[in-house]
Amino acid sequence: MANKMTLIVFSGTVDKLMPVGILASGAVAMGMEVEIYLTFWGLQAFRQGAPQQVTKMSAEYEDMAPMMMQLMKEKNMPSWYDTLKQAKELGTIRVHACAATMDLMGMTKEDLDPMVDDIVGVAEYVEFARESEITLFM
Amino acid sequence: MDRTVDARDTFCPGPLMELIRAVKEGEVGEVIAVWSKDAGSQRDIPLWIEKAGHELLAVNEKEEYNEFVIKKLR
Repeated sequence: MANKMTLIVFSGTVDKLMPVGILASGAVAMGMEVEIYLTFWGLQAFRQGAPQQVTKMSAEYEDMAPMMMQLMKEKNMPSWYDTLKQAKELGTIRVHACAATMDLMGMTKEDLDPMVDDIVGVAEYVEFARESEITLFM
Repeated sequence: MDRTVDARDTFCPGPLMELIRAVKEGEVGEVIAVWSKDAGSQRDIPLWIEKAGHELLAVNEKEEYNEFVIKKLR
């Protein structure tokens, strides 16, 4: 069995993207490879220029968003994007864009943040998940 | 001590990630200290050291943080 973790990143809000960066860091630290599959709103957060601008929280926690953003700023918490980027420098993390979402939104590779490695179809995602000991839907 | 990583201002998993970076950059046999006060790394750092095959020489409790002293073995 490959020593691998797969994250399906469906959500594009700060509260869901933060654990993506942190879990990927932990997996890399423990010697695992990480496959990140970006789809729907998760992929929107990785549009060119978008990662630095995501400030939304999940709708059910919307009232808490200003307080959370304030605390993160005050305590100098690194952004989810920087956390993920640093983890990617330390280990093997591949970031994949969902081909169906790309087509639906009329996006090309040039519209995406440089952290995205490639565009893959769902069958390839299933292969990643099959090889993984951990798969999480975010 | 060959190098000291002051990670007292970072959150989980920041201190662990900074330690890993320092260990990667260092030479085998180097002794590295990491300062951390985040609760996660108090358990994560020893766990990682064991898993990665290095040696935890000491955990020194300071007033507001802990100092982990690691020897790079490989």
